[in-house]
Amino acid sequence: MYTFSSKLKTFSFVLMIVGVLGIGYGFLTAPKDIQEVEAILKAEEAAHHGGGHGAATAHEAPAETTTEAHAEPAKNEAEAAVATTEEAHAEPVAKDSATTSHDTTVVAETHAAPAKEEAHTETAAHDTHATAGHDDHKEHLEHVLHQLQNKPWAALYVACLFFMLIALGALAFYAIQQVAQAGWSPVLFRVMQGITAYLLPGSIILFILLLLSGLHFNHLFVWMADGVTDPKSANYDHLIAGKAGYLNFPFWIIRAAIFIFGWNLYRYLSRKNCLAQDEATDNSFYKKNFKMSAAFLVFFIVSESIMSWDWIMSVDPHWFSTLFGWYVFASFFVSGITAISMVTLYLKSKGYLENVNSSHIHDLSKFMFGISVFWTYLWFSQFMLIWYSNIPEEVTYFKTRIEDFNLPFFGAVAMNFIFPFLVLINTDFKRISWIIVMAGIVILFGHYVDFFNMIMPATVGDQWFIGIPEISAILFFFGLFIFVVFNALTKAPLVPKRNPFIEESKHFHY
Amino acid sequence: MSSNKVIHAIYNDDDVLMDAVHKTRAAHHHIEEIFTPFPVHGLDKAMGLAPTRLAICAFIYGCIGLTVATTMMNYIMISDWPQDIGGKPSFSYIQNMPAFVPVMFEMTVFFAAHLMVITFYMRSKLWPFKQAENPDVRTTDDHFLMEVSVHDNEAELVKFFEGTGAVEVKVIEKH
Repeated sequence: MYTFSSKLKTFSFVLMIVGVLGIGYGFLTAPKDIQEVEAILKAEEAAHHGGGHGAATAHEAPAETTTEAHAEPAKNEAEAAVATTEEAHAEPVAKDSATTSHDTTVVAETHAAPAKEEAHTETAAHDTHATAGHDDHKEHLEHVLHQLQNKPWAALYVACLFFMLIALGALAFYAIQQVAQAGWSPVLFRVMQGITAYLLPGSIILFILLLLSGLHFNHLFVWMADGVTDPKSANYDHLIAGKAGYLNFPFWIIRAAIFIFGWNLYRYLSRKNCLAQDEATDNSFYKKNFKMSAAFLVFFIVSESIMSWDWIMSVDPHWFSTLFGWYVFASFFVSGITAISMVTLYLKSKGYLENVNSSHIHDLSKFMFGISVFWTYLWFSQFMLIWYSNIPEEVTYFKTRIEDFNLPFFGAVAMNFIFPFLVLINTDFKRISWIIVMAGIVILFGHYVDFFNMIMPATVGDQWFIGIPEISAILFFFGLFIFVVFNALTKAPLVPKRNPFIEESKHFHY
Repeated sequence: MSSNKVIHAIYNDDDVLMDAVHKTRAAHHHIEEIFTPFPVHGLDKAMGLAPTRLAICAFIYGCIGLTVATTMMNYIMISDWPQDIGGKPSFSYIQNMPAFVPVMFEMTVFFAAHLMVITFYMRSKLWPFKQAENPDVRTTDDHFLMEVSVHDNEAELVKFFEGTGAVEVKVIEKH
């Protein structure tokens, strides 16, 4: 039996307390109204240039001059705005067609991206083009206000989602090991069950966050805003209205509830059967688990795909990608495996896993390596197909990421591919604890950044920063994760007793 | 001269063979060669053979392949004739890199795989019209043969190998 070391317990509480304080700080310091935003922007300008407001926006979107000018407030409103606002400011659909009518596609694309997010709130301002300058400025402030107000929410959401999905990734790995009748992994089943114990609290917190979004506590999901589906509303968005049959709050939250329920049900029953198998006289519980795992994997792949559209892709409701579900899956699957590997190494170093040898570690490292490459394959496939064809309504997704999130966007590839590839390709390295821990930390951070890249551009845009709200949210969920996982590990012996493959697993040698 | 005399100890079970290898090593007899009809797991470790470095070769070949692909496409697509093909930016390699990645990947795999295979053939001296070096035809079917060189201790060696479970022990004059 494992005993939760009091040091680790204290450490997890410290993380949670620091995290909560930081999260609270993030919410308290978020701007309340336009005046505060104006003050913030003024302060930023002063720090950057000391120039006019227009200079600051020009700095955010360099090289774009004439057509972009209408998005800039105050400065060049007179000449440039009149020419372009007419077509570009009409409606989202018209916006896309306007895009093609410009001969400078690049410029128009960048315009479409911020305008897309503005559409849900500020269409009213578009109607009065006469006073374009003043309204554009106000509109810009409102846009920034929403982004800054989203910041603490998005920070919380990304961290919550990330840790919940680590547990889900570990659960998927566990189910695959059961169904594949893997001979090497049964000694790690209890470790995996410990990690998946986080699924329940993690998914409940996530569900609450989703509910709060639906109750308009935040603007994470643009399609939930008032009036987007109402043709008479100033916020009307034709594209989102067209998707309202799928993207509507009741249906969305019911789907979320079903998925979370299904995953937790499998995790609960599988654990129960695994413990019952320890005391059984035959293999009936093992067989039950086998069948249940196979059924779960079918449910999982369907629900995972839909989950990725609902919780991640729908922050960008104008954009869609067909391999997105797989891409998200690869990202949290490799994180889950890495988490298993690191918890195993920790327990082993404390002397709790006597049956785990370097061959088990080697196998886990191979999975970390292989799925990292798989993630990269999907990342690149998604990026390259969209980059290559460069269709305006799709490419804005990457346009905003490359321009505003350059370092996190490409940094994620370096952390999730280049580093683990070069480090874990060596067979000997795959058995050395400190190398695996180092690679694991980089992989986990890399995949956090990956989820950051998926959520942030649509919710906070160019106002992103990895500051106190983001780090605190990570610390809080990390503390909770440690507490729940290691607490669950104390509840059962770390080696399953009557698993049909346990002997093979104990003597596994590669 | 006894120096080109060898013992051929023949076994008909890989477990017996492994056991014999351990005993032979413990008795400090130098094993010249072992012939088996199929890979015997752990035989190389039991014999104390050095690990292969083919994987390291493959990694280097892969790097060479990546370099070849990059240099080739940079020369053709960027330096030599940077045409505008369907609006793809050909001002620098990095700008158009996503389009080159499939070629870079395939060339890396191609070089790594083929050069490693050729290295394997060369290091293990395999080619189409090579004379087979099989000392006993049964070793390709169901027998295992261990070859140990003899140094004036013929009788002792024969006795030793008969004790290791060999089904047949022969002393052969090698040419």
